[in-house]
Amino acid sequence: MQIDLRTVSIQPQRNAFDHLVRRFGDKPASRYQEGSYDIQAAENLHYRPTWDPEQQLYDAGITRIVMRDWYALKDPRQFYYSTYTLTRARQQDTTEANFAFVESRGLADRLAPELREAVLRLLVPLRHAAWGANQNNTFICGYGFGTTFTQPCMYHAMDSLGIAQYLSRLGMLLGDVDALDAGKAAWLDGPAWQPLRRYVEDCMVVRDPFELFVAQNAALDGLLYPLVYGRIVDDELSARGASAVAMLTQFMAEWFDETRKWVDAVLKTAAAESDHNREVLQGWMAHWSDRAAAALVPVVELVLGADADEAVAAHIAAFKARIHKTGIPF
Amino acid sequence: MDMKATKKKLGMKERYRILTRDLGWEPGYQSKKAIFPYVEYEGIKVHDWDKWEDPFRLTMDAYWKYQAEKERKFYAIIDAHAQNNGHLNLTDARYLSALKIFLQAISPGEYAAHKGFARIGREFPGVGTQVACQMQAIDEIRHAQTQIHAMSNYNRYYDGFHAFADARDRIWYTSVARSFFDDAMSAGPFEFMIAIGFSFEYVLTNLLFVPFMSGAAYNGDMATVTFGFSAQSDEARHMTLGLECIKFMLEQDPDNLPIVQGWIDKWFWRGFRVLGLVSTMMDYMLPKRVMSWREAWEIYGVENGGALFRDLARYGIRPPKGWDDAEQAIDHMSHQFMLGLYQWSFGTAFHSWIPSDDDMAWLSAKYPDTFDRYYRPRWAHIKKLKAAGTPFKNYGLARLCQCCQLPCVFTEPGDPTLTCHRETVYKGEKYQFCSDGCKDIFEHEPEKYIQAWLPMPALFSELGGDVAAWMDWVSLRDGADNGDYDGSRDQRHFDEWRGLATSNL
Repeated sequence: MQIDLRTVSIQPQRNAFDHLVRRFGDKPASRYQEGSYDIQAAENLHYRPTWDPEQQLYDAGITRIVMRDWYALKDPRQFYYSTYTLTRARQQDTTEANFAFVESRGLADRLAPELREAVLRLLVPLRHAAWGANQNNTFICGYGFGTTFTQPCMYHAMDSLGIAQYLSRLGMLLGDVDALDAGKAAWLDGPAWQPLRRYVEDCMVVRDPFELFVAQNAALDGLLYPLVYGRIVDDELSARGASAVAMLTQFMAEWFDETRKWVDAVLKTAAAESDHNREVLQGWMAHWSDRAAAALVPVVELVLGADADEAVAAHIAAFKARIHKTGIPF
Repeated sequence: MDMKATKKKLGMKERYRILTRDLGWEPGYQSKKAIFPYVEYEGIKVHDWDKWEDPFRLTMDAYWKYQAEKERKFYAIIDAHAQNNGHLNLTDARYLSALKIFLQAISPGEYAAHKGFARIGREFPGVGTQVACQMQAIDEIRHAQTQIHAMSNYNRYYDGFHAFADARDRIWYTSVARSFFDDAMSAGPFEFMIAIGFSFEYVLTNLLFVPFMSGAAYNGDMATVTFGFSAQSDEARHMTLGLECIKFMLEQDPDNLPIVQGWIDKWFWRGFRVLGLVSTMMDYMLPKRVMSWREAWEIYGVENGGALFRDLARYGIRPPKGWDDAEQAIDHMSHQFMLGLYQWSFGTAFHSWIPSDDDMAWLSAKYPDTFDRYYRPRWAHIKKLKAAGTPFKNYGLARLCQCCQLPCVFTEPGDPTLTCHRETVYKGEKYQFCSDGCKDIFEHEPEKYIQAWLPMPALFSELGGDVAAWMDWVSLRDGADNGDYDGSRDQRHFDEWRGLATSNL
């Protein structure tokens, strides 16, 4: 039997805030829309920054990319703080369970010593590269224009910090604090890591937020994550008996699959905006992905040895195909 | 299997160090100056970033977990609030004026803080400092969003909320808060930290949040109470960050003291002026009042602030220069503000009103030395004009202070019968101020403050003084959003809907 509960019904006076009605029509707005569109001050900015009087406080002109409306760069995941945090908290539960599983069953100790060494040699220095990604995304969030573009960069920055922390825990679980020290020494002085460290440091002086987005989130991560967490950890090392490591890096693999959809959507919209944008993006993409690939070869060699060139080449081809689909052939 | 036993045991502090600070490194391919270009020009000397004490030790896994828990609760409550017409539990819809001001002026400030902390979370060279600032950056966007989401349902039923994004950039009174946050963001990283992290979050935040959230609870506003409570543990982190940062600066080099003191003087006064609107909310806008502005000032200003500055005295810090002037203003400011808001209510996207006899009795009791003597007679006069059918409306435009951007409605320290007015000439132009505090701030950085966007001159230069065109430009609906609460649509709707909910008529 159906019971109709009687409630007091009163007529709403309007559906949504004015700025959302102007964008999306006179209908109720989603929480993503409410929390993202037009919430950055747009007009009548009071003072020029004392740190760079050439700039405005929010300045779309500090990048070479030109958008009529920066809010067009929306996030297909529709992440605002709440949906972002809930998603990561769920993943964190899984990651925690994976660490606990590996630890409680002593799986780390069962790894063959040379395999454990290979894992530490490859993954531990990457915690510093992840810190670089944190720095660069914090920058894009701080200086980029328009909340739909910049807010995911803050989430991305915190994710990168989280990844750096997971890699540190992995290092401590498989090795010890000494393993982290050795990893840092390799990052600072090991020949295999110098091209990558140079790449990361060079990114830290790029002050065009969109170029930095291309250099870090598209070019570097677009090659590094599939190579390291896909080709090496999930395929190569698992086959050699280190599937426990794949459990510890499950977050990174899933995170990359999720975030690349956002990165692609941003690139696609920016490229579709104008020929000018497409040309600028092509130039950046060619420059940074060439450098990223070259920087990653010696890193991949640490585990794959002579197969490194071929692995990197295959992933460059896959990366080009991916970026081609966003309308940026290079 | 022996390996486990030989692993080093890590204390909390050491573990946190490894998970944060140890991630950074001394750059070798780029200079530190190129990577952190803004950290020196303010003159603050830092010799050792490692001396930074992490004010809270939160790793990302814990952050996601705690915050997600809070988010789940928050949205469950505001969903229920919206579904059950929670707005009808308000004491009275007059209360909403406080929320409208909050959404138009303060929530955009949360967003500005988000951007500012992202910037300094990148610009400070110490990893510990950066991580703490980044966490505040992501928290602040949370606050902006939870506030917008909490007030979204009010927007569906009441006037004055719908154009908050337009009001933020264009309406005259929001430029008070906007100029405050723009001022902080256009400063260097250390001054930003003093402005927002210390002055606003530490010294003044209790004066904003505690009265506001208690006011919301007292007046049946579950949505606002919920975002307040939900933000509280974030705020606790932000306060410890602000305090740690100021101590760090003072401990690093004695030369930092005069610079920091100057910023404390400036940002205390800037903050005091912005928060002045809270005084009006507490004394006039809450139908059911929590405490008077004077009482709040005694607790959160005099007691807490006094203890703080006694604590900082060991570094050579003295209380802010404007402290005594602030103390003198406490018994006057809420009345002066409300009288101002009432006379200019044609131009506000919220309502004001003449206090009732009961309200005035309460004000007399709370302000025995000032209300009956200086302000009751003015309200009595305004009431008489209204009864005679000639309500008091001031269509003249207010003279705004070049610094804080409030109308110059305050009186001289020491003489409540004389309007305080200061001016200065810079490069042949005359500039007006509401107080010595604001004039001093201008004179210290005139090149900055001459850039201020002042809404009243803009009304003339851009719209030729056409008030109707101005209302369109700021998206203010005349006869709905503005004016006296008495006779407003909000009043009519609230009474009608509440009648539907509570009676059988």
